[in-house]
Amino acid sequence: MPLELFSQYLFAGITYGIIYAIVAIGFNIIYNTTGIINFAQGEFVMLGGMISISLNSLMPLPLAIVCAVFITMLFGGLLEIVFIRWLESPSVLRMIIITIGLSIVIREVALHIWGDGVRALPYFTGNVVSSVQILGASISPQVLWALAVCSIMVLMLSLFFKFTSLGREMQACASNRLAATLCGINARNMVTFSFMLSAAIGAVAGCVVSPITSTQYDMGTGLAIKGFTVAVLGGLGNSMAAVAAGLLLGIIEAFSVGVGFPLVFQDAIAISILLVILFVRPHGLFGNKEAAGLKEF
Amino acid sequence: MDSKKTMPVLIFAVVLVALQVATSLSGRDYYLTQLTMSLYTCLLISGLCLVMGYAGQLSLGHAGFFAIGGYTSATLTTLNLTSALEGGNGLVVLLAKLGLLVSGTSLFGEELLYVQPWLAFVLAIVITTVVAFLVGIPVLKLKGHYLAMATLGFGIIIYRVVLAVEIFGEADGISDVPGFTLLPGLTINGEMDNRVINYYIAAGVLFLGVLLLQNLIYSRVGRALRAIHGAEDAANAMGINTSRYKLYTFVISAIFAAVAGVMMTHYNGGIAPADAGVMKSVRYVAIVAIGGMASLWGALSMGAVLTFLSLRGMFGSYDDAVFGVILITIMLFAPHGILQLPFWRKFKKSAKDE
Repeated sequence: MPLELFSQYLFAGITYGIIYAIVAIGFNIIYNTTGIINFAQGEFVMLGGMISISLNSLMPLPLAIVCAVFITMLFGGLLEIVFIRWLESPSVLRMIIITIGLSIVIREVALHIWGDGVRALPYFTGNVVSSVQILGASISPQVLWALAVCSIMVLMLSLFFKFTSLGREMQACASNRLAATLCGINARNMVTFSFMLSAAIGAVAGCVVSPITSTQYDMGTGLAIKGFTVAVLGGLGNSMAAVAAGLLLGIIEAFSVGVGFPLVFQDAIAISILLVILFVRPHGLFGNKEAAGLKEF
Repeated sequence: MDSKKTMPVLIFAVVLVALQVATSLSGRDYYLTQLTMSLYTCLLISGLCLVMGYAGQLSLGHAGFFAIGGYTSATLTTLNLTSALEGGNGLVVLLAKLGLLVSGTSLFGEELLYVQPWLAFVLAIVITTVVAFLVGIPVLKLKGHYLAMATLGFGIIIYRVVLAVEIFGEADGISDVPGFTLLPGLTINGEMDNRVINYYIAAGVLFLGVLLLQNLIYSRVGRALRAIHGAEDAANAMGINTSRYKLYTFVISAIFAAVAGVMMTHYNGGIAPADAGVMKSVRYVAIVAIGGMASLWGALSMGAVLTFLSLRGMFGSYDDAVFGVILITIMLFAPHGILQLPFWRKFKKSAKDE
């Protein structure tokens, strides 16, 4: 494989990989504070894209994106308050079914609001044909935008969890909810914050990839499965490992197309990886086996 | 058999007959088509109910098993073997000698030679059983989210395969599937004057299935399953081979789904990729949840009512959304199914006291 082609596939893989990583981080944030997987995580990405596209006709692009992220964030918080906050120690099965139901309803409402057409935000800089030469490959400037925004977001998140008091309180809830409550942390509010945070980062991802991959009402399920694959691959709950796992999956997918694997089976690759990982290393590639022994798979 | 077991079965049989009589008397024979389809869906639901309610395992991949059954049968019975027989294909000649091929004519008068539906049916069941074992052995070691995602992943792979493989008709699916003659005079097809017979075939198949499950639930196996649902570790400690029981129920329910798939495909004369879709699986889970997980009768009645309303187009373009809303509402306010709401329990209690 010539170098130009190699770097072309590599960049395509990294672009998709970073999006999967963002969805996986969204899963992890909620999983850490509540122990549940939010099956509606992919819908946040769709909502971010769709709302920003609608707002863009009323206001300049940067403002539309900020508003879309803010609206999606409030929506995430609202979902938690209405559907999850008041349940007394719900079973895992119950939570799975509720979040699946939410994802269906959000998708159907989106279908009725925005229709089943494919929409996209305009390119942040340049247009469809403009490109930058890197290592012999022609890269759309939007790819660089996506990489930059997502990298900054991951960095900010890790700083947020390490150095802000809110981030540390969420961490405390994640590691031991009872102890955190005894220290005066309002655990329920932390759960709401975690939904808002993961809705917001999902929406940001939805905005930056919209020009490249475009936005459709039913994009959520596919993203949720890929994101979950990545989260499990990295070890559920471990956000930094999710970035590495996301890049890995994205690059595998891109090169599988490169070597002539049928495009329609691209999803099947991710799912097969998921199944194999679940059976062989349920604690993930980077997870700790002993720590995982305490969790239920 | 004590009355606690036989009564519901008898009532069930009476309701099935009464439905047919009521539609005929009121001159609404056209309802029978949707009712028949609802009954086949109920067959799948009853199997899923065993897995979810009694063994406590979530499966988001049952539309996949339905599709394996339906597509296997549809592919084999629409494959025209006339030229293969003339060409002297060894396998086809052998099948012809064994009398396992059926001849017929297509709409355009073309001569057709296809695999006997019974053979296709048996093959569909065998394939489903093998796939269910292969998927079930590793998957059922998982719990909670992992199990949900793994079965969802299985369903999506099946959907992708039928959508992308040419022999399965890609996005169009398979149409012109011939009827399935169970016995001379008893044929599963969508012809108008066959409607009442077909309703009773569906009712009979469902009745047999339910009888089987009912016996299973009240047997040693059923008690073991409930023990697994209640506390798996405790059940294990009592000497119940939990993983084997879980695997067997999973396989049984997959076979139920495949039987439903085969019969529905012959009844409709075709199958499409949407039948393998994830939304279908979610819908089945929703119906079992509404019925109250571990309630066969709840799942059956809800399955029949909701599927019928959905097929009649009562929910319009909000079809999927309605199931989503139902799913959320039930799980929020009545996680044990609507038949377990305080209102109903009070009603039952007062009926007992009198």
